[in-house]
Amino acid sequence: MTSKADIKAEAARLLATFQSNGAQLVETDLLQPSEVMLDLYGEDIRARAYVTSDPVRGEQMLRPDFTVPIVQAHMTEGAEPARYTYMGEVFRKQDAGTGRASEYMQVGYEVFDRTDPIGADAEVFALFSEVLQDTPLQASIGDIGVLIAAVQGLTTSDRRRAALMRHIWRPTRFRALLDRFSGRADIPTGRAELISALEGLDVEQIVQGAGPEIGLRSVGDVAERLSALRKDMSVPPIPEDEIEAVSALLAMSISADQAVGQLADIANQFPAIKTAAQRFAKRLNALKARGVDATGVLYEGSYGRTSMEYYDGFVFGFAANGQTPVASGGRYDALTRVLGQGRNIPAVGGVIRPELLLEVTS
Amino acid sequence: MTLKLGVPSKGRLMEETFAWFGARGVTLEQTGSDREYAGAVSGVDDVELILMSAGEIPRELAAGRIDLGVTGTDLVREKIPQWSEQIEPLAELGFGFADLIIAVPRFWADVSTLDDLDAVAARFRAKHGFRLRIATKYHRLVREHLKEAGVADYQLVDSQGATEGTIKNGTAEAVADITSTGATLEANHLKVLGGEPVLRSQATFFASKTSDLSGKDQTAFAALKAKLGL
Repeated sequence: MTSKADIKAEAARLLATFQSNGAQLVETDLLQPSEVMLDLYGEDIRARAYVTSDPVRGEQMLRPDFTVPIVQAHMTEGAEPARYTYMGEVFRKQDAGTGRASEYMQVGYEVFDRTDPIGADAEVFALFSEVLQDTPLQASIGDIGVLIAAVQGLTTSDRRRAALMRHIWRPTRFRALLDRFSGRADIPTGRAELISALEGLDVEQIVQGAGPEIGLRSVGDVAERLSALRKDMSVPPIPEDEIEAVSALLAMSISADQAVGQLADIANQFPAIKTAAQRFAKRLNALKARGVDATGVLYEGSYGRTSMEYYDGFVFGFAANGQTPVASGGRYDALTRVLGQGRNIPAVGGVIRPELLLEVTS
Repeated sequence: MTLKLGVPSKGRLMEETFAWFGARGVTLEQTGSDREYAGAVSGVDDVELILMSAGEIPRELAAGRIDLGVTGTDLVREKIPQWSEQIEPLAELGFGFADLIIAVPRFWADVSTLDDLDAVAARFRAKHGFRLRIATKYHRLVREHLKEAGVADYQLVDSQGATEGTIKNGTAEAVADITSTGATLEANHLKVLGGEPVLRSQATFFASKTSDLSGKDQTAFAALKAKLGL
Protein backbone atom coordinates (compact mmCIF):
# COMPACT_ATOMS: atom_id res chain seq x y z
CA MET A 1 0.00 0.00 0.00
CA THR A 2 1.50 3.30 -1.14
CA SER A 3 1.20 6.06 1.46
CA LYS A 4 -0.76 9.20 0.68
CA ALA A 5 2.35 11.28 1.31
CA ASP A 6 4.27 9.34 -1.35
CA ILE A 7 1.41 9.67 -3.82
CA LYS A 8 1.26 13.40 -3.22
CA ALA A 9 5.02 13.75 -3.69
CA GLU A 10 4.79 11.82 -6.98
CA ALA A 11 1.89 14.04 -8.07
CA ALA A 12 3.94 17.13 -7.28
CA ARG A 13 6.83 15.78 -9.35
CA LEU A 14 4.53 15.21 -12.36
CA LEU A 15 2.97 18.63 -11.89
CA ALA A 16 6.42 20.24 -11.91
CA THR A 17 7.25 18.43 -15.16
CA PHE A 18 4.08 19.73 -16.79
CA GLN A 19 4.76 23.23 -15.48
CA SER A 20 8.28 23.19 -16.86
CA ASN A 21 6.68 22.33 -20.19
CA GLY A 22 4.96 25.70 -20.11
CA ALA A 23 1.63 24.80 -18.51
CA GLN A 24 -0.09 27.22 -16.20
CA LEU A 25 -1.24 25.84 -12.82
CA VAL A 26 -5.02 25.88 -12.21
CA GLU A 27 -7.08 24.95 -9.18
CA THR A 28 -10.73 23.88 -9.33
CA ASP A 29 -13.45 23.43 -6.71
CA LEU A 30 -14.07 20.05 -5.12
CA LEU A 31 -17.80 20.67 -5.19
CA GLN A 32 -19.20 20.85 -8.71
CA PRO A 33 -22.81 21.62 -9.63
CA SER A 34 -24.60 18.38 -10.52
CA GLU A 35 -26.68 19.94 -13.23
CA VAL A 36 -23.78 20.50 -15.63
CA MET A 37 -22.37 17.02 -15.04
CA LEU A 38 -25.76 15.32 -15.43
CA ASP A 39 -26.52 17.23 -18.59
CA LEU A 40 -23.19 16.18 -20.10
CA TYR A 41 -22.88 12.61 -18.92
CA GLY A 42 -26.45 11.53 -18.20
CA GLU A 43 -27.69 9.35 -15.38
CA ASP A 44 -24.63 7.10 -15.40
CA ILE A 45 -22.61 9.80 -13.69
CA ARG A 46 -25.08 9.85 -10.79
CA ALA A 47 -24.36 6.18 -10.22
CA ARG A 48 -20.62 6.87 -10.19
CA ALA A 49 -20.30 10.26 -8.51
CA TYR A 50 -20.84 11.22 -4.89
CA VAL A 51 -23.86 13.46 -4.81
CA THR A 52 -24.57 15.84 -1.98
CA SER A 53 -26.98 18.69 -1.55
CA ASP A 54 -26.58 22.26 -0.53
CA PRO A 55 -29.62 24.26 0.60
CA VAL A 56 -28.53 27.27 -1.46
CA ARG A 57 -26.47 25.91 -4.36
CA GLY A 58 -28.64 22.83 -4.94
CA GLU A 59 -27.36 19.36 -5.79
CA GLN A 60 -23.56 19.16 -5.91
CA MET A 61 -21.08 16.46 -6.83
CA LEU A 62 -17.70 15.74 -5.40
CA ARG A 63 -15.47 16.44 -8.43
CA PRO A 64 -15.77 13.29 -10.61
CA ASP A 65 -13.24 14.64 -13.13
CA PHE A 66 -11.22 17.73 -13.93
CA THR A 67 -12.09 18.21 -17.57
CA VAL A 68 -15.41 20.00 -17.06
CA PRO A 69 -14.21 22.59 -14.50
CA ILE A 70 -11.00 23.21 -16.48
CA VAL A 71 -12.95 23.83 -19.70
CA GLN A 72 -15.36 26.10 -17.84
CA ALA A 73 -12.52 28.09 -16.30
CA HIS A 74 -10.87 28.47 -19.70
CA MET A 75 -14.11 29.54 -21.36
CA THR A 76 -14.76 32.29 -18.83
CA GLU A 77 -11.31 33.69 -18.23
CA GLY A 78 -8.71 31.96 -20.38
CA ALA A 79 -6.53 33.50 -23.07
CA GLU A 80 -5.62 31.55 -26.22
CA PRO A 81 -3.68 29.46 -26.79
CA ALA A 82 -3.43 27.99 -23.31
CA ARG A 83 -1.72 25.09 -21.59
CA TYR A 84 -2.95 24.07 -18.14
CA THR A 85 -1.83 21.65 -15.48
CA TYR A 86 -3.51 20.65 -12.23
CA MET A 87 -3.38 18.05 -9.50
CA GLY A 88 -5.98 16.91 -7.01
CA GLU A 89 -8.43 14.25 -5.94
CA VAL A 90 -11.33 12.94 -7.97
CA PHE A 91 -14.11 10.83 -6.48
CA ARG A 92 -15.86 7.86 -8.05
CA LYS A 93 -18.09 5.27 -6.40
CA GLN A 94 -16.87 1.74 -7.07
CA ASP A 95 -18.73 -1.55 -6.91
CA ALA A 96 -18.14 -3.71 -3.85
CA GLY A 97 -15.44 -6.30 -4.34
CA THR A 98 -13.59 -4.55 -7.17
CA GLY A 99 -11.03 -3.14 -4.75
CA ARG A 100 -10.76 0.01 -6.87
CA ALA A 101 -10.07 3.30 -5.12
CA SER A 102 -13.02 5.64 -4.85
CA GLU A 103 -10.84 8.67 -4.05
CA TYR A 104 -7.64 9.17 -6.01
CA MET A 105 -5.19 11.78 -7.26
CA GLN A 106 -4.96 12.90 -10.86
CA VAL A 107 -2.36 15.13 -12.45
CA GLY A 108 -3.35 16.53 -15.81
CA TYR A 109 -2.14 18.49 -18.79
CA GLU A 110 -4.56 20.18 -21.23
CA VAL A 111 -3.89 22.16 -24.40
CA PHE A 112 -6.41 24.66 -25.83
CA ASP A 113 -5.12 25.67 -29.24
CA ARG A 114 -7.04 26.25 -32.46
CA THR A 115 -4.07 26.80 -34.78
CA ASP A 116 -2.64 23.29 -34.99
CA PRO A 117 -4.84 20.50 -33.55
CA ILE A 118 -2.68 17.70 -34.94
CA GLY A 119 0.43 19.30 -33.45
CA ALA A 120 -1.38 19.63 -30.11
CA ASP A 121 -2.39 15.92 -30.19
CA ALA A 122 1.23 15.00 -30.83
CA GLU A 123 2.51 17.36 -28.15
CA VAL A 124 0.29 15.84 -25.43
CA PHE A 125 0.98 12.22 -26.38
CA ALA A 126 4.74 12.79 -26.74
CA LEU A 127 4.87 14.51 -23.35
CA PHE A 128 3.01 11.62 -21.68
CA SER A 129 5.28 9.06 -23.43
CA GLU A 130 8.32 10.89 -22.15
CA VAL A 131 7.03 11.09 -18.57
CA LEU A 132 6.15 7.37 -18.66
CA GLN A 133 9.14 6.17 -20.71
CA ASP A 134 10.84 3.94 -18.14
CA THR A 135 7.68 2.04 -17.20
CA PRO A 136 6.41 -1.35 -18.42
CA LEU A 137 3.21 0.31 -19.70
CA GLN A 138 1.74 -0.39 -23.14
CA ALA A 139 0.64 2.72 -25.04
CA SER A 140 -2.58 2.45 -27.02
CA ILE A 141 -4.12 5.01 -29.34
CA GLY A 142 -7.36 5.30 -31.25
CA ASP A 143 -9.25 7.86 -33.26
CA ILE A 144 -12.95 8.47 -32.67
CA GLY A 145 -12.74 10.94 -35.58
CA VAL A 146 -12.31 7.99 -37.97
CA LEU A 147 -15.47 6.34 -36.62
CA ILE A 148 -17.43 9.60 -36.84
CA ALA A 149 -16.33 10.03 -40.46
CA ALA A 150 -17.36 6.44 -41.21
CA VAL A 151 -20.85 6.94 -39.75
CA GLN A 152 -21.28 10.26 -41.57
CA GLY A 153 -20.32 8.56 -44.81
CA LEU A 154 -22.82 5.68 -44.65
CA THR A 155 -25.32 5.50 -47.51
CA THR A 156 -28.53 5.86 -45.55
CA SER A 157 -31.01 8.42 -44.22
CA ASP A 158 -30.02 11.38 -42.03
CA ARG A 159 -32.17 9.96 -39.26
CA ARG A 160 -30.36 6.63 -39.27
CA ARG A 161 -26.96 8.32 -39.36
CA ALA A 162 -27.97 10.51 -36.41
CA ALA A 163 -29.11 7.43 -34.45
CA LEU A 164 -25.74 5.74 -35.06
CA MET A 165 -23.82 8.91 -34.16
CA ARG A 166 -25.58 9.11 -30.79
CA HIS A 167 -24.55 5.57 -29.93
CA ILE A 168 -20.90 5.55 -31.06
CA TRP A 169 -19.99 5.48 -27.36
CA ARG A 170 -22.32 2.54 -26.60
CA PRO A 171 -20.82 -0.36 -28.60
CA THR A 172 -23.60 -2.93 -28.01
CA ARG A 173 -26.36 -0.58 -29.00
CA PHE A 174 -24.34 0.72 -31.95
CA ARG A 175 -23.92 -2.81 -33.25
CA ALA A 176 -27.63 -3.57 -32.81
CA LEU A 177 -28.59 -0.47 -34.81
CA LEU A 178 -26.02 -1.25 -37.50
CA ASP A 179 -27.43 -4.77 -37.83
CA ARG A 180 -30.95 -3.45 -38.13
CA PHE A 181 -30.13 -0.69 -40.61
CA SER A 182 -28.26 -3.14 -42.80
CA GLY A 183 -31.12 -5.64 -42.83
CA ARG A 184 -29.14 -8.24 -40.85
CA ALA A 185 -31.53 -7.96 -37.90
CA ASP A 186 -35.30 -7.60 -37.89
CA ILE A 187 -37.02 -4.32 -37.28
CA PRO A 188 -38.60 -4.16 -33.79
CA THR A 189 -41.64 -6.40 -33.40
CA GLY A 190 -44.93 -4.68 -33.93
CA ARG A 191 -43.52 -1.77 -35.91
CA ALA A 192 -44.59 -3.03 -39.33
CA GLU A 193 -48.08 -3.77 -37.99
CA LEU A 194 -48.27 -0.34 -36.39
CA ILE A 195 -47.27 1.39 -39.61
CA SER A 196 -49.58 -0.62 -41.84
CA ALA A 197 -52.48 -0.05 -39.44
CA LEU A 198 -52.03 3.68 -39.95
CA GLU A 199 -52.05 3.47 -43.72
CA GLY A 200 -54.48 5.97 -45.23
CA LEU A 201 -55.75 7.19 -41.89
CA ASP A 202 -55.48 10.56 -40.19
CA VAL A 203 -52.52 10.02 -37.86
CA GLU A 204 -53.30 12.90 -35.50
CA GLN A 205 -56.83 11.60 -35.06
CA ILE A 206 -55.57 8.11 -34.22
CA VAL A 207 -53.11 9.52 -31.70
CA GLN A 208 -55.75 11.66 -30.06
CA GLY A 209 -58.10 8.69 -29.87
CA ALA A 210 -55.52 6.63 -27.97
CA GLY A 211 -55.69 8.77 -24.85
CA PRO A 212 -55.63 12.33 -23.56
CA GLU A 213 -52.58 14.46 -24.38
CA ILE A 214 -50.64 14.68 -21.11
CA GLY A 215 -47.11 15.85 -20.44
CA LEU A 216 -44.68 17.93 -22.49
CA ARG A 217 -44.53 15.63 -25.50
CA SER A 218 -47.38 16.65 -27.83
CA VAL A 219 -49.72 14.89 -30.24
CA GLY A 220 -47.79 16.66 -32.99
CA ASP A 221 -44.53 15.07 -31.76
CA VAL A 222 -46.10 11.61 -31.84
CA ALA A 223 -47.56 12.14 -35.32
CA GLU A 224 -44.22 13.46 -36.56
CA ARG A 225 -42.37 10.37 -35.35
CA LEU A 226 -44.99 8.02 -36.78
CA SER A 227 -44.58 9.57 -40.19
CA ALA A 228 -40.78 9.38 -39.82
CA LEU A 229 -41.12 5.67 -38.94
CA ARG A 230 -43.26 5.15 -42.01
CA LYS A 231 -40.61 6.80 -44.20
CA ASP A 232 -37.92 4.74 -42.47
CA MET A 233 -39.64 1.51 -43.59
CA SER A 234 -38.68 2.29 -47.19
CA VAL A 235 -35.05 3.31 -46.52
CA PRO A 236 -32.87 0.74 -48.30
CA PRO A 237 -30.41 -1.24 -46.16
CA ILE A 238 -26.89 0.13 -45.73
CA PRO A 239 -24.71 -1.54 -48.42
CA GLU A 240 -22.86 -4.63 -47.29
CA ASP A 241 -19.39 -3.30 -48.22
CA GLU A 242 -19.90 -0.22 -46.02
CA ILE A 243 -20.91 -2.40 -43.05
CA GLU A 244 -17.81 -4.51 -43.64
CA ALA A 245 -15.64 -1.36 -43.70
CA VAL A 246 -17.10 -0.13 -40.39
CA SER A 247 -16.67 -3.57 -38.81
CA ALA A 248 -13.06 -3.69 -40.02
CA LEU A 249 -12.36 -0.25 -38.53
CA LEU A 250 -13.85 -1.24 -35.17
CA ALA A 251 -11.90 -4.50 -35.05
CA MET A 252 -8.47 -2.98 -35.82
CA SER A 253 -5.76 -3.86 -33.31
CA ILE A 254 -2.33 -3.40 -34.83
CA SER A 255 0.87 -1.43 -34.35
CA ALA A 256 0.28 2.27 -35.04
CA ASP A 257 2.89 2.17 -37.78
CA GLN A 258 1.01 -0.49 -39.71
CA ALA A 259 -2.36 1.11 -38.94
CA VAL A 260 -1.63 3.86 -41.49
CA GLY A 261 -1.53 1.36 -44.34
CA GLN A 262 -4.55 -0.56 -43.09
CA LEU A 263 -6.62 2.61 -42.76
CA ALA A 264 -5.59 3.63 -46.28
CA ASP A 265 -6.72 0.22 -47.59
CA ILE A 266 -10.10 0.58 -45.90
CA ALA A 267 -10.36 4.15 -47.25
CA ASN A 268 -9.92 2.77 -50.78
CA GLN A 269 -13.01 0.63 -50.28
CA PHE A 270 -14.87 3.27 -48.31
CA PRO A 271 -13.72 6.76 -49.39
CA ALA A 272 -15.77 8.53 -46.68
CA ILE A 273 -12.96 7.97 -44.18
CA LYS A 274 -10.19 9.16 -46.51
CA THR A 275 -9.73 12.59 -44.89
CA ALA A 276 -9.86 11.12 -41.40
CA ALA A 277 -7.33 8.42 -42.35
CA GLN A 278 -5.00 11.09 -43.79
CA ARG A 279 -5.37 13.09 -40.59
CA PHE A 280 -4.34 10.00 -38.63
CA ALA A 281 -1.27 9.56 -40.86
CA LYS A 282 -0.29 13.22 -40.39
CA ARG A 283 -0.68 12.89 -36.63
CA LEU A 284 1.50 9.80 -36.59
CA ASN A 285 4.18 11.68 -38.53
CA ALA A 286 3.94 14.52 -36.02
CA LEU A 287 4.40 11.95 -33.22
CA LYS A 288 7.47 10.47 -34.92
CA ALA A 289 8.90 13.95 -35.39
CA ARG A 290 8.67 14.31 -31.62
CA GLY A 291 10.60 11.09 -31.14
CA VAL A 292 7.76 8.63 -30.44
CA ASP A 293 8.50 5.06 -31.57
CA ALA A 294 5.27 4.25 -33.44
CA THR A 295 6.04 0.53 -33.75
CA GLY A 296 5.64 0.15 -29.98
CA VAL A 297 2.28 1.91 -29.92
CA LEU A 298 -0.87 -0.14 -30.41
CA TYR A 299 -3.70 1.24 -32.57
CA GLU A 300 -7.12 0.01 -31.43
CA GLY A 301 -10.12 0.79 -33.60
CA SER A 302 -12.57 0.83 -30.70
CA TYR A 303 -10.30 2.58 -28.19
CA GLY A 304 -12.09 5.14 -26.03
CA ARG A 305 -15.61 4.10 -26.96
CA THR A 306 -16.72 2.87 -23.56
CA SER A 307 -14.95 4.77 -20.83
CA MET A 308 -14.52 8.24 -22.27
CA GLU A 309 -17.82 9.46 -23.58
CA TYR A 310 -16.80 12.97 -24.52
CA TYR A 311 -13.72 12.18 -26.61
CA ASP A 312 -14.38 12.82 -30.29
CA GLY A 313 -10.96 12.60 -31.94
CA PHE A 314 -7.54 11.29 -30.96
CA VAL A 315 -7.61 9.08 -27.84
CA PHE A 316 -4.82 7.40 -25.92
CA GLY A 317 -4.01 5.42 -22.81
CA PHE A 318 -1.07 3.79 -21.05
CA ALA A 319 -1.81 0.56 -19.18
CA ALA A 320 -0.21 -2.60 -17.87
CA ASN A 321 -1.94 -5.53 -19.59
CA GLY A 322 -5.65 -5.32 -18.96
CA GLN A 323 -5.31 -3.15 -15.83
CA THR A 324 -6.87 0.25 -15.17
CA PRO A 325 -4.93 2.73 -17.34
CA VAL A 326 -2.24 4.64 -15.46
CA ALA A 327 -2.73 7.51 -17.88
CA SER A 328 -5.41 8.35 -20.42
CA GLY A 329 -6.61 11.24 -22.49
CA GLY A 330 -7.84 12.53 -25.79
CA ARG A 331 -9.42 15.29 -27.81
CA TYR A 332 -12.77 16.73 -26.72
CA ASP A 333 -13.71 19.52 -29.11
CA ALA A 334 -17.47 18.84 -28.82
CA LEU A 335 -17.37 19.18 -25.04
CA THR A 336 -15.97 22.71 -25.30
CA ARG A 337 -18.80 23.53 -27.74
CA VAL A 338 -21.43 22.33 -25.24
CA LEU A 339 -19.86 24.11 -22.28
CA GLY A 340 -18.95 27.21 -24.29
CA GLN A 341 -22.58 28.00 -25.17
CA GLY A 342 -21.94 28.92 -28.75
CA ARG A 343 -18.19 29.37 -28.50
CA ASN A 344 -15.76 26.52 -28.82
CA ILE A 345 -12.07 25.79 -28.80
CA PRO A 346 -10.30 22.64 -29.95
CA ALA A 347 -8.90 20.97 -26.85
CA VAL A 348 -6.81 17.90 -26.05
CA GLY A 349 -5.35 16.64 -22.81
CA GLY A 350 -4.88 13.77 -20.44
CA VAL A 351 -4.35 12.70 -16.85
CA ILE A 352 -1.91 10.50 -14.98
CA ARG A 353 -2.79 8.68 -11.77
CA PRO A 354 0.33 8.98 -9.59
CA GLU A 355 -0.70 6.14 -7.28
CA LEU A 356 -0.94 3.66 -10.16
CA LEU A 357 2.30 4.97 -11.63
CA LEU A 358 4.11 4.31 -8.33
CA GLU A 359 2.66 0.78 -8.27
CA VAL A 360 4.12 -0.10 -11.67
CA THR A 361 7.48 1.57 -11.12
CA SER A 362 8.24 0.34 -7.59
CA MET B 1 -29.29 -15.87 21.71
CA THR B 2 -32.28 -16.34 19.46
CA LEU B 3 -32.73 -16.06 15.72
CA LYS B 4 -34.21 -12.70 14.83
CA LEU B 5 -36.93 -12.88 12.16
CA GLY B 6 -38.02 -9.55 10.61
CA VAL B 7 -41.55 -9.39 9.22
CA PRO B 8 -43.45 -6.41 7.74
CA SER B 9 -45.30 -4.72 10.57
CA LYS B 10 -48.64 -4.07 8.95
CA GLY B 11 -51.16 -4.76 6.22
CA ARG B 12 -51.65 -7.66 3.85
CA LEU B 13 -47.96 -8.41 3.62
CA MET B 14 -47.90 -9.12 7.38
CA GLU B 15 -51.09 -11.17 7.29
CA GLU B 16 -50.02 -13.26 4.32
CA THR B 17 -46.59 -13.83 5.87
CA PHE B 18 -48.24 -15.02 9.08
CA ALA B 19 -50.47 -17.32 7.01
CA TRP B 20 -47.52 -18.74 5.03
CA PHE B 21 -45.60 -19.61 8.22
CA GLY B 22 -48.82 -20.80 9.94
CA ALA B 23 -49.57 -23.26 7.15
CA ARG B 24 -46.17 -24.83 7.86
CA GLY B 25 -46.68 -25.16 11.59
CA VAL B 26 -44.89 -22.00 12.69
CA THR B 27 -47.29 -19.59 14.34
CA LEU B 28 -46.42 -15.91 14.24
CA GLU B 29 -48.59 -13.52 16.22
CA GLN B 30 -48.73 -9.91 17.09
CA THR B 31 -48.94 -9.62 20.88
CA GLY B 32 -50.69 -6.93 22.84
CA SER B 33 -52.85 -4.54 20.86
CA ASP B 34 -52.80 -4.55 17.07
CA ARG B 35 -50.91 -1.27 17.23
CA GLU B 36 -48.06 -2.67 19.25
CA TYR B 37 -45.04 -3.86 17.27
CA ALA B 38 -44.29 -6.87 19.46
CA GLY B 39 -44.70 -10.46 18.39
CA ALA B 40 -44.47 -14.05 19.49
CA VAL B 41 -43.44 -17.27 17.76
CA SER B 42 -44.64 -20.74 18.57
CA GLY B 43 -44.05 -24.11 16.94
CA VAL B 44 -40.25 -23.69 16.88
CA ASP B 45 -37.72 -22.76 19.55
CA ASP B 46 -35.32 -19.85 19.76
CA VAL B 47 -36.88 -17.67 17.04
CA GLU B 48 -37.82 -14.10 17.90
CA LEU B 49 -40.35 -12.16 15.79
CA ILE B 50 -39.51 -8.54 15.05
CA LEU B 51 -42.16 -6.43 13.34
CA MET B 52 -40.64 -3.67 11.27
CA SER B 53 -41.12 -1.54 8.15
CA ALA B 54 -40.81 -3.71 5.01
CA GLY B 55 -38.53 -1.04 3.55
CA GLU B 56 -36.01 -1.40 6.38
CA ILE B 57 -35.78 -5.19 6.33
CA PRO B 58 -33.24 -5.33 3.43
CA ARG B 59 -30.85 -2.97 5.22
CA GLU B 60 -31.13 -4.81 8.55
CA LEU B 61 -30.51 -8.16 6.80
CA ALA B 62 -27.48 -6.79 4.95
CA ALA B 63 -26.07 -5.40 8.20
CA GLY B 64 -26.70 -8.69 10.01
CA ARG B 65 -28.79 -7.07 12.72
CA ILE B 66 -31.55 -9.53 11.91
CA ASP B 67 -30.87 -13.11 10.78
CA LEU B 68 -34.00 -13.76 8.73
CA GLY B 69 -36.59 -11.57 7.09
CA VAL B 70 -39.52 -11.38 4.71
CA THR B 71 -39.62 -8.56 2.16
CA GLY B 72 -40.03 -7.91 -1.56
CA THR B 73 -37.24 -8.73 -4.01
CA ASP B 74 -37.67 -5.22 -5.45
CA LEU B 75 -36.64 -3.60 -2.16
CA VAL B 76 -33.62 -5.87 -1.70
CA ARG B 77 -32.34 -5.25 -5.21
CA GLU B 78 -32.93 -1.50 -5.10
CA LYS B 79 -31.48 -0.86 -1.69
CA ILE B 80 -28.55 -3.26 -1.39
CA PRO B 81 -25.66 -3.04 -3.86
CA GLN B 82 -24.23 -6.50 -4.65
CA TRP B 83 -27.12 -7.85 -2.61
CA SER B 84 -26.41 -11.50 -3.31
CA GLU B 85 -23.16 -11.29 -1.38
CA GLN B 86 -24.96 -10.23 1.76
CA ILE B 87 -28.41 -11.77 1.55
CA GLU B 88 -29.60 -15.19 0.46
CA PRO B 89 -33.14 -15.92 -0.73
CA LEU B 90 -34.55 -19.06 0.97
CA ALA B 91 -38.04 -19.23 -0.52
CA GLU B 92 -40.39 -17.26 -2.73
CA LEU B 93 -43.63 -16.98 -0.82
CA GLY B 94 -46.10 -16.77 -3.71
CA PHE B 95 -47.77 -13.48 -2.76
CA GLY B 96 -47.01 -9.78 -2.85
CA PHE B 97 -46.51 -10.03 -6.61
CA ALA B 98 -45.50 -6.78 -8.25
CA ASP B 99 -43.64 -5.83 -11.40
CA LEU B 100 -41.42 -2.82 -11.73
CA ILE B 101 -42.42 -1.42 -15.10
CA ILE B 102 -41.84 1.63 -17.27
CA ALA B 103 -44.96 3.41 -18.48
CA VAL B 104 -45.62 6.25 -20.91
CA PRO B 105 -48.76 8.21 -21.87
CA ARG B 106 -51.24 6.02 -23.74
CA PHE B 107 -51.44 8.45 -26.67
CA TRP B 108 -47.77 7.82 -27.48
CA ALA B 109 -48.88 5.50 -30.28
CA ASP B 110 -45.32 5.38 -31.65
CA VAL B 111 -43.79 3.99 -28.45
CA SER B 112 -43.98 0.36 -27.42
CA THR B 113 -40.38 -0.64 -26.63
CA LEU B 114 -37.29 0.71 -24.88
CA ASP B 115 -35.89 1.22 -28.35
CA ASP B 116 -38.70 3.66 -29.10
CA LEU B 117 -38.21 5.35 -25.74
CA ASP B 118 -34.55 5.94 -26.59
CA ALA B 119 -35.40 7.49 -29.96
CA VAL B 120 -38.08 9.67 -28.37
CA ALA B 121 -35.64 10.79 -25.65
CA ALA B 122 -33.20 11.97 -28.33
CA ARG B 123 -35.89 14.05 -30.09
CA PHE B 124 -37.19 15.34 -26.79
CA ARG B 125 -33.79 16.56 -25.66
CA ALA B 126 -33.12 18.25 -29.00
CA LYS B 127 -36.48 20.03 -28.84
CA HIS B 128 -36.63 21.02 -25.16
CA GLY B 129 -32.96 21.35 -24.26
CA PHE B 130 -33.14 18.94 -21.35
CA ARG B 131 -33.25 15.20 -20.96
CA LEU B 132 -36.53 13.25 -20.98
CA ARG B 133 -37.61 12.82 -17.37
CA ILE B 134 -38.59 9.47 -15.86
CA ALA B 135 -40.15 9.68 -12.41
CA THR B 136 -39.37 6.82 -10.02
CA LYS B 137 -38.19 5.83 -6.59
CA TYR B 138 -36.31 2.79 -7.94
CA HIS B 139 -33.27 4.71 -9.19
CA ARG B 140 -30.71 1.93 -9.18
CA LEU B 141 -32.87 -0.72 -10.84
CA VAL B 142 -34.20 1.60 -13.52
CA ARG B 143 -30.79 3.09 -14.29
CA GLU B 144 -29.21 -0.35 -14.67
CA HIS B 145 -32.07 -1.58 -16.83
CA LEU B 146 -31.87 1.42 -19.16
CA LYS B 147 -28.10 1.22 -19.35
CA GLU B 148 -28.33 -2.43 -20.34
CA ALA B 149 -30.78 -1.52 -23.10
CA GLY B 150 -28.60 1.38 -24.30
CA VAL B 151 -31.18 4.08 -23.61
CA ALA B 152 -29.62 7.57 -23.49
CA ASP B 153 -30.75 11.18 -23.10
CA TYR B 154 -33.02 10.53 -20.13
CA GLN B 155 -32.85 11.63 -16.50
CA LEU B 156 -34.43 10.17 -13.41
CA VAL B 157 -36.49 12.44 -11.20
CA ASP B 158 -37.26 11.27 -7.70
CA SER B 159 -40.86 10.48 -6.89
CA GLN B 160 -41.65 8.80 -3.58
CA GLY B 161 -45.37 8.51 -4.17
CA ALA B 162 -48.26 9.24 -6.58
CA THR B 163 -45.69 8.66 -9.33
CA GLU B 164 -48.34 8.00 -11.99
CA GLY B 165 -49.55 11.58 -11.58
CA THR B 166 -46.23 13.22 -12.39
CA ILE B 167 -46.77 13.25 -16.16
CA LYS B 168 -50.06 15.11 -15.96
CA ASN B 169 -48.46 17.49 -13.46
CA GLY B 170 -45.72 18.28 -15.94
CA THR B 171 -42.80 17.05 -13.84
CA ALA B 172 -42.00 13.93 -15.90
CA GLU B 173 -42.57 12.43 -19.35
CA ALA B 174 -42.52 8.76 -18.28
CA VAL B 175 -42.69 6.80 -15.02
CA ALA B 176 -41.10 3.66 -13.59
CA ASP B 177 -43.07 2.15 -10.76
CA ILE B 178 -44.31 -1.03 -9.13
CA THR B 179 -47.65 -2.24 -10.39
CA SER B 180 -49.70 -5.27 -9.50
CA THR B 181 -52.94 -4.82 -11.44
CA GLY B 182 -52.27 -1.85 -13.71
CA ALA B 183 -55.48 -0.10 -12.58
CA THR B 184 -53.64 3.03 -11.41
CA LEU B 185 -51.78 3.25 -14.70
CA GLU B 186 -55.01 2.90 -16.63
CA ALA B 187 -56.69 5.60 -14.56
CA ASN B 188 -53.81 7.95 -15.24
CA HIS B 189 -53.90 7.38 -19.02
CA LEU B 190 -50.64 5.44 -19.11
CA LYS B 191 -49.52 2.24 -20.83
CA VAL B 192 -46.74 -0.19 -19.96
CA LEU B 193 -43.84 -0.64 -22.40
CA GLY B 194 -43.68 -4.07 -24.01
CA GLY B 195 -41.02 -6.66 -23.27
CA GLU B 196 -39.75 -7.86 -19.93
CA PRO B 197 -40.44 -5.63 -16.91
CA VAL B 198 -37.49 -4.03 -15.15
CA LEU B 199 -38.03 -6.55 -12.36
CA ARG B 200 -40.58 -9.17 -11.32
CA SER B 201 -40.95 -9.02 -7.57
CA GLN B 202 -42.71 -11.07 -4.90
CA ALA B 203 -42.55 -11.49 -1.15
CA THR B 204 -39.48 -13.59 -0.39
CA PHE B 205 -38.03 -15.20 2.73
CA PHE B 206 -34.37 -14.14 3.06
CA ALA B 207 -31.46 -15.08 5.31
CA SER B 208 -28.65 -12.70 6.16
CA LYS B 209 -25.18 -13.87 5.11
CA THR B 210 -23.50 -11.36 7.39
CA SER B 211 -25.10 -12.19 10.74
CA ASP B 212 -22.94 -14.28 13.02
CA LEU B 213 -24.83 -17.40 14.08
CA SER B 214 -23.73 -19.18 17.27
CA GLY B 215 -23.89 -22.97 17.54
CA LYS B 216 -27.24 -22.79 19.23
CA ASP B 217 -28.57 -20.46 16.52
CA GLN B 218 -27.38 -22.89 13.86
CA THR B 219 -29.44 -25.62 15.47
CA ALA B 220 -32.48 -23.36 15.65
CA PHE B 221 -31.98 -22.34 12.02
CA ALA B 222 -31.78 -25.97 10.89
CA ALA B 223 -34.91 -26.82 12.90
CA LEU B 224 -36.82 -23.87 11.41
CA LYS B 225 -35.81 -24.81 7.87
CA ALA B 226 -36.85 -28.42 8.46
CA LYS B 227 -40.23 -27.31 9.80
CA LEU B 228 -40.78 -24.99 6.82
CA GLY B 229 -39.70 -27.73 4.42
CA LEU B 230 -36.78 -25.69 3.00
